[in-house]
Amino acid sequence: MAGDEVVVLGVGMHPWGKWGRNFVEYGAVAARAALADAGLAWSEVDYLAAGNTMRNGYPGYVSGSTFAQALGWRGIPVSSSYAACASGVVAIESARARILAGMADVAVVVGADTAPKGFFGPLPGDRPEDPDWLRFHVLGATNPTYFALYARRRMELYGATTKDFAAVKIKNSRHGVANPYARYRKEFTADQIDESPIVADPLRLVDICATSDGGAAVVLASAEFAAQRADRARHVRVAAISTVTPSYPNTYLDMPDIATDSAVGAPPLERSFRDSIAHAAYEEAGVGPDDLSCAEVYDLSTALELDWYENIGLCGSGEAEALLHSGATTLGGRIPVNASGGLASFGEAIPAQAIAQVCELTWQLRGEAGERQVDDATVGLSINQGLFGHGSCVIVTR
Amino acid sequence: MSKPRVPVIEGMFREGLDGTGRLLGGRCPTCGASFFPKQWSFCRNPACGGTELDDVELSTRGTLWSFADNRYAPPPPYPGREPFEPYGVAAVELAEEQMVVLGQLAAGTDVATLALGREMELIIEALYETDDAVHTVWKWRAI
Repeated sequence: MAGDEVVVLGVGMHPWGKWGRNFVEYGAVAARAALADAGLAWSEVDYLAAGNTMRNGYPGYVSGSTFAQALGWRGIPVSSSYAACASGVVAIESARARILAGMADVAVVVGADTAPKGFFGPLPGDRPEDPDWLRFHVLGATNPTYFALYARRRMELYGATTKDFAAVKIKNSRHGVANPYARYRKEFTADQIDESPIVADPLRLVDICATSDGGAAVVLASAEFAAQRADRARHVRVAAISTVTPSYPNTYLDMPDIATDSAVGAPPLERSFRDSIAHAAYEEAGVGPDDLSCAEVYDLSTALELDWYENIGLCGSGEAEALLHSGATTLGGRIPVNASGGLASFGEAIPAQAIAQVCELTWQLRGEAGERQVDDATVGLSINQGLFGHGSCVIVTR
Repeated sequence: MSKPRVPVIEGMFREGLDGTGRLLGGRCPTCGASFFPKQWSFCRNPACGGTELDDVELSTRGTLWSFADNRYAPPPPYPGREPFEPYGVAAVELAEEQMVVLGQLAAGTDVATLALGREMELIIEALYETDDAVHTVWKWRAI
C-alpha cells in the first residue's frame, strides 16, 4: 500500500556526548544536517514535529516552536510531543499522520536533549500522587533498579548470567567504535567489565546506559513528493509505526509504577505489552521477524537487549542468550542488532534517541553505514518503550 | 522515650502494634480488581466501568517476582540516611490480588539468599529517622 507510506528523504545527527551546551543547538545542527542530506531547504518544509525534553525548562516543553524559531520562523505549524523515551517516534508519527492526511508534503522531525549528570530523578516538588515521585521517595527505586529487576528475572527464569550481559556490552561497544556519532567509541573487554562497580545488582555501571547530550532529525515526505526527486535510489520507506500503549491488565511491573494492575476480573492478555509493540508494527508492515535485515533495540541495560530479542520475535522466550552467543546479532551475523553501537555506545538523549534509531536504519538501508554496514539491508526495525506506558516501533524498507 | 513512628506517606499503609502492616488499596466491588495505591475513586478495568472502589487491606504474603540490590544513593526525593547504606528491593506477587507490589527488603533479609518464588511477608520498618520521629515504610521480609 504505497499510498499509505511516507518516505525518509534525509537524516542527520549531532554527535552524542556530554557537551553541556543548549539542547536547541544540537537539534538545529541535526535538522540542518537532515535537510542537507535530503537536498532540501528549510523553506520547502511544511511541518515541524519535535520531541520534548523535561529537563531544560519551558523551551523543552514547546520543542516544536523552539526548533522552528531556531531554524527561522516561517509560519508553519508545529507539534511538541512527550512520551518519555518514545517521544521521538510519537513525533515521527505526528509528522506521518499530517503527511498522510494530505496536509503536508515535507516534514522535519527533531529531538535533542541536554542531560544532567548521574541518575535521572523526578521533576522537583512534593507530589505523592505522582508515581514517578513516589517510587523515588518511598522506595528509592531508580531507573537502574527496574533494569536490575528485569535482569534478575532473566537470570532466575532462563539461567542468564552476568557474563551473558557482558557479552552484549562487548558486542555493542565493538559496533560503536565505527560510529562517528557515538559518545563512547571504545571496545570493552570482559576484564574491564568485571572491574566496573555494581550499581544495582546484578547490573554494573557499564551494563547501564549513560545519560547523554545529542540531537537527531529526519526529513519525511509524501510518496508523491518523493517520486519527483532525483535521488530516489536513496529513499527509504516507512512501512509501519507502532505507538501502542499497554492493555489492561498489565501485570508486568513497568517503570515508574510501584504496583501492577490486578489480573482479577479481566481475561488474560494475548501478549505482553512489550510483545505487542513490535506485533502491531509487523501487522501494519506485513512483514515478520524473519524478514528483518537489522534491528535497533533500546538497550537501556545490556540485559534488556536480550529481552528485546524475544519481544521482537527473533527467538523464543529464554533463547536470547543462545542467539547472542551464536553471533547472529553481531555485525556479519544473520540479524545484526544495534549495529550503531546502541545505547551502550551512545548513552541516552531521551527525545532524540528513538529518532537516532531511525537515522541508523536509514543509513543501513541506503548502504551508507560505512564500516558498520549490514550486508544488503532491506528491512529494518527500531523499538523502544517509554515510561508511563509508551511503546514505539518503526519498520523501514527499501 | 521512644520516638513516634510516622508513615513516610499518609494513607498508603497501616502499622499494627507489633510491626506487622497492611497496604491500603482499593477494590472494585463489580469486577474484583485491586489497586495500589488506591489513587483514584473509579475502576480502571476498561470492561468494567465501576465508579467506586471499596477500601481494602491487601494480602500480607506473596511470592518473589524479582529482586535487586541498590549500591548507590538515589537522587532526591529519596530521604535516605547518611552515610548511605545499600538497600535491596523486592517485587512480590500477591496470589489473591494477582498483582505485583514493589518494596524495599527488610533488615535481615539477605539478597544473596533469595530466589524467585520465595515466600515473602510484609512488615513495617524505619525508612529513615529524624531527631523527633521514625519515618516508616512497608518492606518485604523473606519467610
